[in-house]
Amino acid sequence: MFALRNIAAPAQRQCFRAAPRAATLSLQKQRLYSQERVAKFNGQKDAQGNYTVSLIEGDGIGPEIAVAVKDIFAAAKTPISWEPINVDPILKDGKTAIPDAAIESIKKNKIALKGPLATPIGKGHVSLNLTLRRTFNLFANLRPCRSVAGYKTPYDNVDTVLIRENTEGEYSGIEHVVVDGVVQSIKLITREASERVLRYAFQHARSIGRKKVRVVHKATIMKMSDGLFLQCAQNIAKEFPDIEFDAELLDNTCLKMTTDPIPYNDKVLVMPNLYGDILSDMCAGLIGGLGLTPSGNIGDECSIFEAVHGSAPDIAGKGLANPTALLLSSMMMLRHMSLNEYADRIEKAAFATLAEGKALTGDLGGKASTRQFTEAIIEKL
Amino acid sequence: MLSRSATAQRLLRAAAQPSQRLNVARGFASVQDAPVQTVQSDLFKPTKYGGKYTVTLIPGDGIGAEVAESVKTIFKADNVPISWEQIEVSGLSDATPNGRTEAAFEEAVVSLKRNKLGLKGILHTPISRSGHQSFNVAMRQELDIYASISLIKNIPGLKTRHDNIDLAIIRENTEGEYSGLEHQSVPGVVESLKIITRAKSERIAKFAFSFALANHRKRVTCIHKANIMKLADGLFRNTFQELSKQYPQLECNDMIVDNASMQCVSRPQQFDVMVMPNLYGGILSNIAAALVGGPGVVPGCNMGRDVAVFEPGCRHVGLDIKGKDQANPTALLLSGTMLLRHLGLDDHANRISNAVYSVIGEGQIRTPDMGGNATTHEFTRAILTAMEKSL
Repeated sequence: MFALRNIAAPAQRQCFRAAPRAATLSLQKQRLYSQERVAKFNGQKDAQGNYTVSLIEGDGIGPEIAVAVKDIFAAAKTPISWEPINVDPILKDGKTAIPDAAIESIKKNKIALKGPLATPIGKGHVSLNLTLRRTFNLFANLRPCRSVAGYKTPYDNVDTVLIRENTEGEYSGIEHVVVDGVVQSIKLITREASERVLRYAFQHARSIGRKKVRVVHKATIMKMSDGLFLQCAQNIAKEFPDIEFDAELLDNTCLKMTTDPIPYNDKVLVMPNLYGDILSDMCAGLIGGLGLTPSGNIGDECSIFEAVHGSAPDIAGKGLANPTALLLSSMMMLRHMSLNEYADRIEKAAFATLAEGKALTGDLGGKASTRQFTEAIIEKL
Repeated sequence: MLSRSATAQRLLRAAAQPSQRLNVARGFASVQDAPVQTVQSDLFKPTKYGGKYTVTLIPGDGIGAEVAESVKTIFKADNVPISWEQIEVSGLSDATPNGRTEAAFEEAVVSLKRNKLGLKGILHTPISRSGHQSFNVAMRQELDIYASISLIKNIPGLKTRHDNIDLAIIRENTEGEYSGLEHQSVPGVVESLKIITRAKSERIAKFAFSFALANHRKRVTCIHKANIMKLADGLFRNTFQELSKQYPQLECNDMIVDNASMQCVSRPQQFDVMVMPNLYGGILSNIAAALVGGPGVVPGCNMGRDVAVFEPGCRHVGLDIKGKDQANPTALLLSGTMLLRHLGLDDHANRISNAVYSVIGEGQIRTPDMGGNATTHEFTRAILTAMEKSL
């Protein structure tokens, strides 16, 4: 009995001593996590000092615009080597999946560039974009839109940055027929996914030097789901005292952005899935369509940068396609890999070429071929 | 199930005989449109006492009181045979003594059921979770005013970034994302239900087709997101497509909502009548309103089988400019003229809307949102002067 107590006492004391240490440790860890970059790029250089990037050329005009990007990258001497992969969908246990080789490649390289993909219709395939997002858990969709000098629209000097939650919300895919003629579709909002995308939004704002983050929501009507998203945002905002945070009702954002998008030039907008989908395409409309807007799908493990326009089968193989969207996406990719200097150089050349207006492709009202447009950019490099 | 309801039968009859005009979908927009059939021939006509219609007036929050005042002044000056039954409802928590808000809301609903006609501003909705459900939504559900119409048209002389826009947004008003059904499965996981039913999809699609026919419009576009929400929006789209076969005289197509919003800001002239579920209606009516000059100039209404409530087509409360005498009464005024046309009082409607258009067109006296510096009162006075001149 006596002995027992003797043994017990130090143990107890040890416990007491250990406990606070553990507590501080976990606290530190938490703080560390919040300061740690979400979705940091962890790719490794190969023997030649190059990063390997998985390249999904895509369908239709995909191969042509991919060649343009490759040529421009080669001319700018970017330290990138390409690894072409094939993502033609296969059915695995009745579900759409992409081939294992492609998954392996992207997992290894941690980064991919992707052209437009056409989802085969009528074979029961889920959209390939959705499959990719799910396979690699790409939780944030980054959609900047910037006016292109040389292509006139009713809106000038647009420079918006929009981040969209990419994994849940209205696109949860949970739907069922309650009785014939009555369908219930579930919008799923979780704290975990919301916090993740919001934290990314704040960090992205910091990394591109914007001081304001704005959440777009509809919490007046969807008090619980959008309410949760908004509440998460208010909490995360406290971790970023240097970034100004506010929230705006979806209706107001739609109205104000269409009236005058300039006040949004100093902000990063972040929102749930559906709103992000609609508003990012709306912003693309402001500057002239999907042919001029890049997109990045950001995940913890890997990230995929893509052109969001269609595969344009009608002009495929004719050398007429506009590679701007894929090129801009590839610059986003370079910045994600912290290769900013290369991105800046290529971007300058590309925008200068567009502004000059001598070598524009057909969709921008010019007569140049993909080749001529590419060469004009390379010349500027 | 649907065929049993009287609305559906009425709509079905109209569908069978395209030449017959539905009074729910009469021509509101165009001044030139002569009335063919009016609400007076309707079985469910509003009450008229001593030669006057009684209309429920809910000024609403924000700029509501000011613009409602303007409408009342102008209607009175034109001797419009309407007596207002004004009910002060507010969605602001501090607006009325405790408990008065809900009671006033109930009173408004009863009044609207009795009068069958209403003119309404927008009510504020709080964000907080403990706050009440949106009164705007509750009212639409309670009265089953299922079809919202927003008329988006360039006002002559009011220059915006886009020209030649003339479109109508028809929005399902009673289900979809605004069902109000939400729950928290476990802490941190929330589900919101979007409900789409065939009956209500049929009802709104038929309304859109009838509206298009009655207003000599050519094309009806169904807006959806059926590529992602395959069942819910799929049902909406399929119902639309199925019904469109009965209207060979109309050009019918469909478009995905993100593409539609992109097209809306780049080439809005391609749209004519658009029909869509609840949330997309909110988004697109805001985008489209911005194209023609903002929420201050877009009229609208909510139609049901029995009740019609006219309210600005782009629903903004305008709390920021409340009480500053800056509000633009055009939206509520034009909604009011839609109400007059609904009653067959086209003379009054034409005189008032012509005056509004001429004041805006001349460009001397405009409220700040239209690029001027006139107050609400000055703008109202200018309209009164214009009406006098036209006599």
